[in-house]
Amino acid sequence: MTALGKLFLFAVLGFLYLPVAVLVAMAFNASPLYALPFEFTTHWFEELAGNDKLLAATRNSVLIAILTTVLATVIGALAAIALSRRRFRGRTLLRLLLLPPIAIPWLIIGTAMLVFFFWTGIGRGLHAMVLGHVALAIPYVVLVVGAGLNNTRIDLEEAAMSLGSTPLHAFFAVTLPLLMPSLIAAALFAFAVSLDQFVISYFLATPGVSTLPVEIYTSIRKGFTPEVNAVSSLLLAASMILIIIFARLTKVGGVSGRR
Amino acid sequence: MAAVDAETIGKSYGATAVLDDVSLRFEDGRFTSLLGPSGSGKTTLLRIVAGFVTADRGRILIGGEDVTSVPVWKRAIGMVFQSYALFPHMSVDDNVAFGLARRGVRGAEASRRVGEALEMVRLSGFGARRPKELSGGQQQRVALARAIVTRPRVLLLDEPLSALDRRLRQEMQVELKRIQREVGITTIFVTHDQEEALALSDHVAILDRGRIVQAGPPGEIYERPATRFAASFLGDANFLEGVVAEGGVIVGGVLVRTDDPLPAPGTKALLAVRPEKIALVPAWGAAPAGHNAVPATVRQVVYAGAASTYLLDGPGGVALTVFAQNRTGGPVAEAGATVTLAFPPKQTILIKD
Repeated sequence: MTALGKLFLFAVLGFLYLPVAVLVAMAFNASPLYALPFEFTTHWFEELAGNDKLLAATRNSVLIAILTTVLATVIGALAAIALSRRRFRGRTLLRLLLLPPIAIPWLIIGTAMLVFFFWTGIGRGLHAMVLGHVALAIPYVVLVVGAGLNNTRIDLEEAAMSLGSTPLHAFFAVTLPLLMPSLIAAALFAFAVSLDQFVISYFLATPGVSTLPVEIYTSIRKGFTPEVNAVSSLLLAASMILIIIFARLTKVGGVSGRR
Repeated sequence: MAAVDAETIGKSYGATAVLDDVSLRFEDGRFTSLLGPSGSGKTTLLRIVAGFVTADRGRILIGGEDVTSVPVWKRAIGMVFQSYALFPHMSVDDNVAFGLARRGVRGAEASRRVGEALEMVRLSGFGARRPKELSGGQQQRVALARAIVTRPRVLLLDEPLSALDRRLRQEMQVELKRIQREVGITTIFVTHDQEEALALSDHVAILDRGRIVQAGPPGEIYERPATRFAASFLGDANFLEGVVAEGGVIVGGVLVRTDDPLPAPGTKALLAVRPEKIALVPAWGAAPAGHNAVPATVRQVVYAGAASTYLLDGPGGVALTVFAQNRTGGPVAEAGATVTLAFPPKQTILIKD
């Protein structure tokens, strides 16, 4: 690679990671006002351990994200299988209708959900947030799993059937293992969509039950504390670990080296 | 092992009839080819026998048992796909063992039979590999081992050699025939390649537009084609169109005789002669007694070492082809030469258009 190309690559990575690096560094800086020189401390993490509101919000966020991941992946994957393998009336229309929710601004979806949930009596709170997040994540799952299904081959299932598999067994023995990378990617998408989600969570949160993004936003408005940096750093570490596991499992990014 | 019967199988997709009441018997232990161009319905017929496609009409019998409404996974068939369809996430051993496990054969007995099957296709020692670590020909043989290891009643082959290059294809033809003989399994082979069908089959059925045009041993179909389509799809043929007269057919003013019984004089008739049955006689020579003698002009000579192909204009301007061995060193006639084509009436076949 040319020197210029390398420079460009580092510039892009710098642009992506510098703000995050500053945040992590400040989580370990003694001054609450970001004053330099840097003075290492784990004080803010200790403070965090005592901040019940922030911890509760983190627990909520993780819980909602896990529930969303499981529900959205299962529902979305089943929908993707139906859309790619079955022939039925309105299939094309249904497939098309899955895309707009990705493009509609979250503010609008959030408002709509708030109104709808109020009107139907579902209300607000943890369950409402899970519902909202699942609805948001499903189109992503359908897209990712659908793309994966396009790469699986019908003839493999036919071969399994010729060897004595029922269609269900053929699916589980042949198609599902080959679909695994797509399913993991879809699950990760769902997890990220949920963990990231601010607008909808903000609308559906109740005073006692909020998520981490909502809680961070609230505490910034009240006056910034570096505990937010600390909790963000922890979350960052968790996401990084997840991504690395994903890359290992799916061989994205050439981690395993061989194609 | 069992014979397979297709009885008046009909299948349409929308308004298009893919199979038009096809009946065919695949004898026990015999290697039968379904030969035809794309769209002839040969693959559909195979998939109906397999059970992947449901026929609109007719019955499929395997070993005398009606399996028309039996699903694929209970038909006890073995199938080799055009794409091989090996499971990419399994080792060769696991691929071959898949069907055994579905039939409840596991453990030492399964290992033994997998070993035997891989030995039969000459891939012993490849069991631990993944399909993508094998060449095309090796993948093909794994697919064959996987299909026969369960001792199915019938082996179905869907153009299994078409993805291989020419040399490998010929090698695999020999292998396939050897294995089929060893196992003695009823085999149905779908192909559009006439050479493949001739080389492998005990029996050939030629399909065209959803109908069986002719079925029989390859030699019989080649020597005695029934229709213009059968004659031109299996091998090359010269066609002579004319009007029936006393003792033969008048083609462009020349009487061509045949040993076949002719319709009433005055009706139209079509004759076929294979290009290698015709001898080129120089203009000064004479055709052997009793042979047809048809004058023609050489248009082009294609020299190919062992043999030459002569393209000629026959009576009434009909285009004719003659294959001849280059026995006397080089072609026997040049372009522009006037020659006599000599061929026996026995090899002059009356066919349907």
